Amino acid sequence: MSSEQSRSDQPHHLGANRRELRLLARNGMIDRWFERGTCSFAVLVLALLGAIMLSLLISAWPALATYGADFFTQTRWSANQEVFGAWPAIYGTLVTSLIAVAIAVPVSFGIAIFLTEKCPAALRRPLGVTIELLAGIPSIIYGMWGIMVLGPFLQWLAPELFPAGTGLATAGIILAVMIIPFITAITRDVMSTVPSVTRESAYGLGCTTWEVVRSVIFPSVRGGLVGGVILGLGRALGETMAVAFVIGNNLFLHPTLTGQGTSIAALIASQFPEADGIQRSALLALGLVLFLITFVVLAIARYMLMRIERRAP
Amino acid sequence: MRNENSVYRRRRLINRSIMTLCVSAAVFGIVWLLLILFTLVWQGTTALSLEVFTERTRMSGGGLGNAIIGSLIMTVGGTVVGTIVGIAAGTWLAEYGGRSRLATVIRFINDVLLSAPSIIIGLFIYAVVVLPMGRFSGWAGIAALAVIIIPVVIRSTEDMLKLVPNTLREAASALGAHRWWVVVRVCYSGARAGIITGVLLGCARISGETAPLIFTSLNSNQWNFFNLGSEMPNLPMTLYQNMTINSFIPRQVELAWAGALILTAAILILNIIARIVSRESNKR
Repeated sequence: MSSEQSRSDQPHHLGANRRELRLLARNGMIDRWFERGTCSFAVLVLALLGAIMLSLLISAWPALATYGADFFTQTRWSANQEVFGAWPAIYGTLVTSLIAVAIAVPVSFGIAIFLTEKCPAALRRPLGVTIELLAGIPSIIYGMWGIMVLGPFLQWLAPELFPAGTGLATAGIILAVMIIPFITAITRDVMSTVPSVTRESAYGLGCTTWEVVRSVIFPSVRGGLVGGVILGLGRALGETMAVAFVIGNNLFLHPTLTGQGTSIAALIASQFPEADGIQRSALLALGLVLFLITFVVLAIARYMLMRIERRAP
Repeated sequence: MRNENSVYRRRRLINRSIMTLCVSAAVFGIVWLLLILFTLVWQGTTALSLEVFTERTRMSGGGLGNAIIGSLIMTVGGTVVGTIVGIAAGTWLAEYGGRSRLATVIRFINDVLLSAPSIIIGLFIYAVVVLPMGRFSGWAGIAALAVIIIPVVIRSTEDMLKLVPNTLREAASALGAHRWWVVVRVCYSGARAGIITGVLLGCARISGETAPLIFTSLNSNQWNFFNLGSEMPNLPMTLYQNMTINSFIPRQVELAWAGALILTAAILILNIIARIVSRESNKR
């Protein structure tokens, strides 16, 4: 008893007794494990990306090995003849996304300019919140609306261009409606990073609203605007449900803008449940192509947005 | 005194016409979106009834009860898994990662995953979970939804932790608190509202995901409460099937619209709660 007491009474260099030393050691251990534990979860994100790439590559390999370059040059996708050409789907994906961006960008920029420069202060918040809420509506709702309302409407409006109401242009319009709130929200956020002093000095020089927007705001946030647009493009490229209903599922390459076609995501969604063997592998190869396309597009967008973020205070 | 020379008039004209275009763009965009909401509410309310919630899905008649329960189970499961992983990873990025190269790379990859197409996530889970298990299952659905929500939670956790002032951390450390104690008790309580907002927004996002479920949980027309090893009924897949392969049955299309209304209402409510949470914390 007395010897134990004398040991614990020995002064530590911090003046801590044994109980405190034990606590110190335990907390130090928790500290180390807390950092290691959280770090391993963060590394999990990296592993996730690697695993996605690898698993898609492995499961797509049978098809890629069998068809090789034919996979990218064949102009039709006929599962029962085991002819798998990715071109109709790639063409449809690019065309629908470009139509969507071409419609959505002017409209979203217009809304963003209106919101940041012209909108009465009382309306600004409710309108902004509405746009953000609309960006949260699931894409399947847009698809259902496309097949119920937009398709029949286009068919009635221009029966020569839209004989069935479905097709690449219909899908592009649906995608545009879907990404308008998305691009608008980003554009508005980016435009509001311009310091109000800059804006006001331009107004003070006698610029009109348009001149301020064009010569002061746009040049100083160009990267952010482009990043936002590309992010919208990335969403349109990978969108499945808004497109699957209205694109028409024509599996032959047909150089048209309004006719029926297919996109990578729509083709995978419609054929995968019944696919087997080499067809399933081919569909996974399509998935890999889509992932690579969107990865490049998103990486460019993030790089541009990152530059803006770094500059913002 | 107004200067009425031609340059001034031209500038004013250009400005007026472009601002008119902007206003009409705003009206145009908002009219489209309101049109969609109007169709949704109109079609949805006419099909809504008590049986929609209590009956299971059938080829003729029936309701959406099992799909709603299945969606709830999978969304909650995915959110729980995603929240744990996301908060841990976000904590490391904000508190320990700093400007190191590893943290920069993870941040970049996370941003890319944040907007990766959800159909790809579905294919990934199909390849690593469904193929080895040999069947579609609720577990695979939960895994896919978790992978989708993780980047959302990471992003918001990191952003919110970075808003906690460094002086608070230093004050706690000066009082002798260990690093983990500072993070858990000081930083988390400062960033709590923001993190909850992020989780709620992520939850709203995954509850409407359809594409990944085609390859993971598939769908079923039976009641399935906690048998996660087998196919799981869910609302988005039911909407998809009712509008495509079953679209020749008018009752199924009606049910799809009722389901769409329920789904959108749930998502909007989640979004609004998230907004209220973040606004309350801003007030404080």
